[in-house]
Amino acid sequence: MLQGEEVTGCPEVSRPAPPSHLTSGQTQPESDAIHAVAPASKLRWRTQLAVPIAALLALGVHLLFSKRVPPVETHSYTLLFWEILGVSIVLAIAQPFWTSLRRWMRHMCPIFTAAILLLGVWDVITLGFQLLPLPYFPGPAAVLRSLINDRALLLDSTWHSLVLLLSGYTLGVIAGLISGICIGWSTPVRYWGMPVLKVVGPIPATAWIPLAMVVSPSAIVSAAGLIALAVWFPVTMLTASGISNTRASYLDVARTLGAGRGYLIFRVAIPAAIPNIFIGLFMGLGASFLTLVVAESIGVKSGLGWYVSWAQGWAEYGKVFAALVIMAAFFSTLMTLLFKVRDRVLVWQKGVIKW
Amino acid sequence: MVALAETEASSLRIQQVSKSFPAPEDPLTRRPALSNISFSVAAGELVSLIGPSGCGKSTLLRLLAGLDFADAGELLIGSEPISDPSAERGLVFQDPNLFPWLTVRRNIQAGLVARGVLREKREEVNEFMRLVGLGSFANAYPHHLSGGMAQRVALARALINHPKVLLLDEPLGALDAFTRMRMQDEVLRLWQARRTTMLLVTHDIDEAIYMSDHIMIMTPRPGRIDRTISVALDRPRQRSSPDFLRLRGDILEFIHFAGNASTENKS
Repeated sequence: MLQGEEVTGCPEVSRPAPPSHLTSGQTQPESDAIHAVAPASKLRWRTQLAVPIAALLALGVHLLFSKRVPPVETHSYTLLFWEILGVSIVLAIAQPFWTSLRRWMRHMCPIFTAAILLLGVWDVITLGFQLLPLPYFPGPAAVLRSLINDRALLLDSTWHSLVLLLSGYTLGVIAGLISGICIGWSTPVRYWGMPVLKVVGPIPATAWIPLAMVVSPSAIVSAAGLIALAVWFPVTMLTASGISNTRASYLDVARTLGAGRGYLIFRVAIPAAIPNIFIGLFMGLGASFLTLVVAESIGVKSGLGWYVSWAQGWAEYGKVFAALVIMAAFFSTLMTLLFKVRDRVLVWQKGVIKW
Repeated sequence: MVALAETEASSLRIQQVSKSFPAPEDPLTRRPALSNISFSVAAGELVSLIGPSGCGKSTLLRLLAGLDFADAGELLIGSEPISDPSAERGLVFQDPNLFPWLTVRRNIQAGLVARGVLREKREEVNEFMRLVGLGSFANAYPHHLSGGMAQRVALARALINHPKVLLLDEPLGALDAFTRMRMQDEVLRLWQARRTTMLLVTHDIDEAIYMSDHIMIMTPRPGRIDRTISVALDRPRQRSSPDFLRLRGDILEFIHFAGNASTENKS
């Protein structure tokens, strides 16, 4: 303690980057990496104008081709493009005064441009030259119209899907963590549990549907159970392997620090396994989407999966596509949320691995 | 040495300890790693174990830590036999083995958490962070630390339990020469301040002479203690004093590195 000053003064202490680094770097993960060269510099004209030009292009193409359709059918689609045009121009005007907006635009403009152009191409293929058979492949305007007209039912279906998905996923994750930790930690449990896991686990959860329908009183409950089963397998597998691959030296160190079994499991093995556990959670989430949609289109009488097959029954393919758009947004939002959770939990890995 | 060991609780006594492991190529035969080892370390002494790699230094340390069991013989701390790992015998490896998911502060207090005494001893965490000069890095994660700093954290983490004995398994082996010399002083300072019994495994002869009261030279296959040398130099020691260099020459002579190279060097 007496030599405290002398110790902090040595060059070895001042060399590494200060930890404050960590918190500030976290807010803009990838945009930083790409544009670290000149974060505050001006946007090029090309970047600024790409979105409005693309919007104009797509709008022009649409107006050109949509002459033969009643205007009421394409009204909202043209309106959408006018809005995009307006917003992008406002943003282009606002960006010189707002650094973080500029950074965001520099990062997002190319991808937005590509998305808008893609819409235009879709419009040309379907509405324009009618290269794809109708009614199976409606144009973007028709899909948007279905989306708007049927929004109440779509929202309701999304809500039902969300409830079912989250209840099944939560159940599966809890069961998977418990069984994974037990299998990973205890040799006897591994001996008896691993064969069950290896034999039963790979069966796709959807294959149990006929059985689940017989066993369970309600379709919703059996669907939640199937989703839980689909999630349980990858979570258990990855948790177990994470736990059993805990570096022996961490456990040795903890034991020489006086750690008991509880500390070894909950404060050493589980934290060490968290990166693996998250891989299991991601795989489980993917599996849960699949099982959800299949279960809904077969047994359950609500949700997005049900909506798709119902719309297909009426040959309303605009609605099918509308539901697919909602699903894309819905599922990718959940994935993004899980990524955010992981980034928060695994902040200690930042700098150790590439992410 | 032996007379003291019987009275003090933080002395180490190892009597006729042997340990063998299954041979890697044939699991049915066992290959001796340690053969009939006896020595003792008096309370408050700093003793080094040196020898070529594969001579069983680390195995011996694991036995003392309670992480492995001896096939035969007795290991005692004070008058208690060593059976399990315990907070009274701290262990620091060459790799600091900090828990990467914990900040520096949480790594240092890990031992207190593990023993469930964090609430009573929270004050000590700050004290130990100051002791190893890491106060300003309390909230950094281990991968932000240099090798020397990480090893300081490992030392603080082991010392916060006030172990009777600190077992050091080449703790400075991975550091560059300058950092290593500074850390040697650091460890000596901690040792002199706390008078913890220390057993230091190293393959650096200079380090052994600079730091220890006694040096035990081990020979491999099977691991045995060849001889024990007392270092009678005054502290702080001068690395270039004639006595230091003479002792260094003697030890090199003993382990056959000076004149005729060892069998390992030839191959």
